[in-house]
Formats: sequence, C-alpha cells, structure tokens
Amino acid sequence: MSADSGLAVAAPPGTIIEARDLVKSFGQTPALRGATIAANRGEILAVMGPSGSGKSTLLHCLAGILTPDQGEVWFSGQRLDTMREDPRSDLRRDRFGFVFQFGQLVPELTAEENVALPLLLSGTRRGPALAEARPWFGRLGLDGLERRRTGELSGGQAQRVALARSLVTRPEVLFADEPTGSLDSMSGELVMRLLRAAVREQGTTVILVTHQARTAAYADREVMVRDGQVSSLTGARP
Amino acid sequence: MTVPLTLLGLLEREPSHGYELKRDYDMFFGRGKPLSYGQVYGTLSRLARDGKAIAGPAEHGEGPERRRYVITEQGVAEVEKWLAEPIPPEPHLQSELFAKVVLALMLDRPATRYLDAQRGAHLQRMHELTALKEDGNVIDILLADYGLHHLEADLLWIDHTAARLDTLAEAVRQ
Repeated sequence: MSADSGLAVAAPPGTIIEARDLVKSFGQTPALRGATIAANRGEILAVMGPSGSGKSTLLHCLAGILTPDQGEVWFSGQRLDTMREDPRSDLRRDRFGFVFQFGQLVPELTAEENVALPLLLSGTRRGPALAEARPWFGRLGLDGLERRRTGELSGGQAQRVALARSLVTRPEVLFADEPTGSLDSMSGELVMRLLRAAVREQGTTVILVTHQARTAAYADREVMVRDGQVSSLTGARP
Repeated sequence: MTVPLTLLGLLEREPSHGYELKRDYDMFFGRGKPLSYGQVYGTLSRLARDGKAIAGPAEHGEGPERRRYVITEQGVAEVEKWLAEPIPPEPHLQSELFAKVVLALMLDRPATRYLDAQRGAHLQRMHELTALKEDGNVIDILLADYGLHHLEADLLWIDHTAARLDTLAEAVRQ
C-alpha cells in the first residue's frame, strides 16, 4: 500500500497532520503512551494538559523535531517519523512555522530583520526578504517598530514580532508552544486575536499547546493530554 | 447545590439511616451550613414517594424510632445521570461540582471523566464568550471578560482537583 493511499483510507477528510499511537520515552520516563491526534487543514487545535502531561513532547513529535519510539506521524500524505533528517529539516523550514513562549528573537538584529530571518536563511536576498517582512508590522499592530532592536520591545511586542517571523514563510502548519505563556492577559489576548486573524487569512493550521483556557478559547477545538494520551474535550475527535 | 441528589448519592454507598446521611453530608458538603433533621427526613420521604428510595421497617430500640433507607434502581440511575451531566457553565459552580466529584469517588465512578465533561462545557462557553468579544462593543467585551475570568478560575480549580483525585479518594473512602 502506498503512503498516500494508506493515509487516504485511515484519515478523515481534510486532515493535514496526524499522529497515531505515539509512544515516546526519555530514558525510563514515558512521555507519550499511545497518543493519537489529528488536525484539519485550516483548523486551530488547542492541546491542553498539566505540566509533564506530554503535550510539548507530542508537539515536537508532530513537528518532526523528535522521533517517536513507536507510532506514526503523517503530514499531508507523507510519513514524517521515518523520513531522513535532511528532507525532514527542509520540510520543517519550508512548510512549518514555530512560535514559543519566549519569542527567542535574535538580539543583534532589528525587529524587521528578525521577521525576515527565515526567508534570508532559505536563500531569499535581503531586499525582497525585508519587503516581505514589512507588511507584517502593520498587520500585527507593530507599525513604527521595524528598526527597533529586540531589547527595545515590550514582551507583547516581541511576541508579535516572533509571530510575524513564524508566519512570514506562509507555513501550512504553525506550531505554537505556550505563545502567551509569558504575557499578561491583555497582551496575550491581543497576540491570540492577531494570530487567529492571520492564520485564517492564510489558511494555516495551528497546533497550539497551552495550559491557559483563555488562550485555548481562541482555538476551534481542544484536546487534553493526560499521562501521555490524548482525549477530546470539545468537538468530535482527538 | 442539590440536597436530594447528594443524599441519594450518599445512599448509594450503602443502606443508611437518616442521621448517618446527615452526618456525612455535614462532614463533606455542609461546611458551616449543616442540614436540619427536618430537611433530611423530609427529603428522604420525598425520595421514597418518588420511587428513588425505599424506607425499611421501623427499628425499635432506645431513643426515637429509626428507619434504614435503601436506594432503588431508579435512584441509582438518577445519581448516575446527575453525576455524568456537566453543570451549566456559569461561574461559581464549585459546591455542586465538588459534591459530584466526592460522590463519584465514594461510588467508584469515573470522576476524571465527569471533570472532563465539565471542562468541555466550560471551554465551549468560553468559545462563545470569546466570539462575542470579536464582534461586540466595549460593554459586551467587559461583560464577556467577567464571565471568561470566572470560568477560567473554575477551570483552574478543576485542574487542581483532577491532580489531587487520588488523595481525595483516600480521604473520602475512609
């Protein structure tokens, strides 16, 4: 059976990324024990759960950063967990975006250079890369901050720059790990409103790991990770 | 807080006298608002009238006449339905939800699943309030915020309760 037909048979229509029965341990400590999850194209899926439940491990397996001990990860008809590291890393760079709790901006660069960075790293020349980056400042309420160094930005502004950087390559899937975790509730809300508007416009799927219900409320659906397994909270399927 | 269903839940553990039910109710759920004997016996006779419990024969001994009450199948079904059904996600549901969790643990029922059902109902309401904020004016936004903050506090409490279920089970099964 080919990879494509295998997915077509098993996955519900519209699925862009899914993990089946993932098992992953770190030494003697199991993190995932048969975790199954699937996200539809264009959907914002919140992954909730207490600290240590395995939700970040699940995100890293879905994103092809970690390889599960057992189980399968599929992205758009391709099996990700058995893919060699080089094509997997290309796929992560070209088709996935990432945003984390602390923006992890490069302090030596200006805000617009940070946003343009993924384009520069994939070979786009400086002029076109910056031209591509600039509209994001208006879109995310950051007008006038293009030339600031990251140290001159507030936490909320820095996180919006990080969001712009994660979306500038127009990824098919955005992996967001506690993107509002370090922000006060008003700034967190602004980030989520802008994130939702931007991904809706681009048709991006979002896997949003959060322990905050107010952040998860911006998603289309929530699942809960507990003891390394996934259960549905709202909506039909994990 | 629904007293009849809570007493019925306590009754599912084992056939009990009214004073035993009052004692356990006051210990776990009363918290400064103990039930009166009148409330307990009034509730028990209504439960018996509605076919949810059966009053045993009068037991004569020292002191006042006593009856042991036994839950019926209809009563068990009622408890099961109540426990499994999420409470409408309004703020400040703590006392009823707490009663459900404690009873579920006493009765070896899936407390985690009930908490998840409640989480789902809360999150669903938070979705609605969040959507309201998208299109609303400042008044809508502030009112929705009030609801969101309280629901979030409830959810935190649900998380903490879920994390302590084993300890709680030990405490209530003694």
